[in-house]
Amino acid sequence: MTIQLMQGNEAIAMGAIAAGCRFYAGYPITPSTEVAEVMSRVLPKVGGKFIQMEDEIASMAAIIGGRVGGLKSMTATSGPGFSLMQENIGYAAMAEIPCVVVNVQRLGPSTGQPTAASQGDVMQARWGTHGDHQIIVLCPISVAQSFDLTVKAFNLSEKYRTPVILLTDEIIGHMREPIELPDFDIVEKFERLVTDTPDNYKAYRNDRGDVPALAGFGLGYRYHITGLFHDEVGFPTQRLDEIDPWLERVSRKIETADDILLYQTDYEAGARTAILSYGASARTARHATKQMRAKGEKVSLFTTQTLWPFPEKAVEELADSVDKIVVPEMNLGQLALEVERVVGRKKVVRVNRANGDMITPNMVLEAAEA
Amino acid sequence: MSEHILSVHDLDVGEGQIPREDWFEASSTLHNLRKNKKFPTIWCAGCGLGVIMGSLIRAIESLGLKNDQVALVAGIGCTARMPVYMDYNTMHTTHGRALAFATGLKIARSDMKVIAIMGDGDALAIGGNHFIHAARRNIGITALVVNNSTYGMTGGQYSPTTPEGMRATTAPYGNVEPPFPVCDLAAAAGATFVARSTAYHPLELDKHLSEAISNEGFSLVEAVSYCHTTYGRINKLGSAADMMRMLKDNSISKSAYEKLGEDERETNTKIVRGVLYRKKRPEYTKTYDSLVERKHEEEVKLRNTGRR
Repeated sequence: MTIQLMQGNEAIAMGAIAAGCRFYAGYPITPSTEVAEVMSRVLPKVGGKFIQMEDEIASMAAIIGGRVGGLKSMTATSGPGFSLMQENIGYAAMAEIPCVVVNVQRLGPSTGQPTAASQGDVMQARWGTHGDHQIIVLCPISVAQSFDLTVKAFNLSEKYRTPVILLTDEIIGHMREPIELPDFDIVEKFERLVTDTPDNYKAYRNDRGDVPALAGFGLGYRYHITGLFHDEVGFPTQRLDEIDPWLERVSRKIETADDILLYQTDYEAGARTAILSYGASARTARHATKQMRAKGEKVSLFTTQTLWPFPEKAVEELADSVDKIVVPEMNLGQLALEVERVVGRKKVVRVNRANGDMITPNMVLEAAEA
Repeated sequence: MSEHILSVHDLDVGEGQIPREDWFEASSTLHNLRKNKKFPTIWCAGCGLGVIMGSLIRAIESLGLKNDQVALVAGIGCTARMPVYMDYNTMHTTHGRALAFATGLKIARSDMKVIAIMGDGDALAIGGNHFIHAARRNIGITALVVNNSTYGMTGGQYSPTTPEGMRATTAPYGNVEPPFPVCDLAAAAGATFVARSTAYHPLELDKHLSEAISNEGFSLVEAVSYCHTTYGRINKLGSAADMMRMLKDNSISKSAYEKLGEDERETNTKIVRGVLYRKKRPEYTKTYDSLVERKHEEEVKLRNTGRR
């Protein structure tokens, strides 16, 4: 184990390799391209495969195909590419194919500012594909967390048979920080083994826990995968008695999980003000907290790594102890909507910036002290 | 052949009832259909798709492949519903993206025979980009494009293969766009086996498909079919049987075509059936796998010598 200076994007690639990712399909786009570059260099050395597809739609499709073929798979992109991936992200949710999608957020909409940071895809990550569905979205605030959360993203996607979005941003992606990489062999890797015989195997069974095992193609479990509503063996169905149990199961598997919600709390006894943030903005929030405390002001800090599902119970508890929650984010107010839903609008103070520049500690201080 | 396919309609009369084993023993097409899938198919009576599905099964069977070795990946549309009825590893994906999903699968499982099943709209309009890039890579996938010149499932809109002047629900005054020559497109983009036949000529399709599947690289088989329900009705082309007859009358074998004089060839409007293009070129996954092997060995050597 040695300490290395590494970019957030490189740390994501390393985290993927450590987690057992052996297939990457992607399309170049700023500011995510380093992930692809590192993957193209490292994957062949560990017996994995890399392909640069013709676009992001194809990249998303290919990683789903790769996972069906038995390889843990990932793609990385940014704004416009993330928009193109949405339909097939929905397919992965519907067909319950594990995969990891990295979105290094840049300023949008449209081409926006490719080299400027943003947190404008928070709602898109949750609701970007059409139709109701559950999704897991993780958001790192440092290079070290970029590594850790990528590993976590793979493990959660395998454990819950769902696409997982790693929603980072240009600042964290391009920033260099020292990181101590663990021995990849001892990094925890979640594998769900198929215990049924081919005769008894049902890829979408509802009767034994909420997450049936996914059998790779070509191993004797011949079954059907479709983006249509399907029955337990994967055949298209319009029968309500087959659709409803499936719907309930895929919602429940993520809603009731106890290991998805990741957040850090730095609470101060007696504080009536709290700052809640994530990603690059959480770094500003941390700085502002330090400054306030240096001045003798009491303030609590809540930084969340899981954006979706939203850690509503923890935020509710926080709200019970404070009068005001300041939510700095590099957009026009997206996660603030969720905080407002949980704690009510009156307690929430938004601090927003959506022009490509970072939120400054002063902006947070002003809002917190007002 | 079509008799067997049609008799499948009688198979699954009661829920969960498994048809008599000897029916399946008697026919290769039947025993490769899914016994636990409720028939009939979603296709209209008289559709050419059943015939083409029969050809695909016979082609796979003729190569002695195990069902576990074969994966069928389809997009969206009438044609793309084909895999669900067949007892292989089957995947019904998103519109236009069958080849992109198939590419990922083939890379992960280069030992498997991956067949992408698409209609003309699926493969050439929304999926046109994936089509040319899969051909360019010469990745070992067989693309079966069933060309019925229309979007059947959505009710008969004009497609990238609708001939000029023909009518569609979105071309009520006649189509003003020229069609793609599917086989030429595949060959120009880099496919290494290209063949065409029609739903009227299942024995030819059997042969083309088996050759396509055994080709190491990217293969295209264009199966010309028809949609009597939408396109045929709108253009007053008659019944399914009439349109099937048209495939016979309006097509010509490649050998007969080559015997035509130059002028006749110039003015030929008939569909040319046969193997149209063949080339030897390295297959994508073979090339990439050898790269992986080389880098992997180097890495192991570095580790063993303590340099990494």
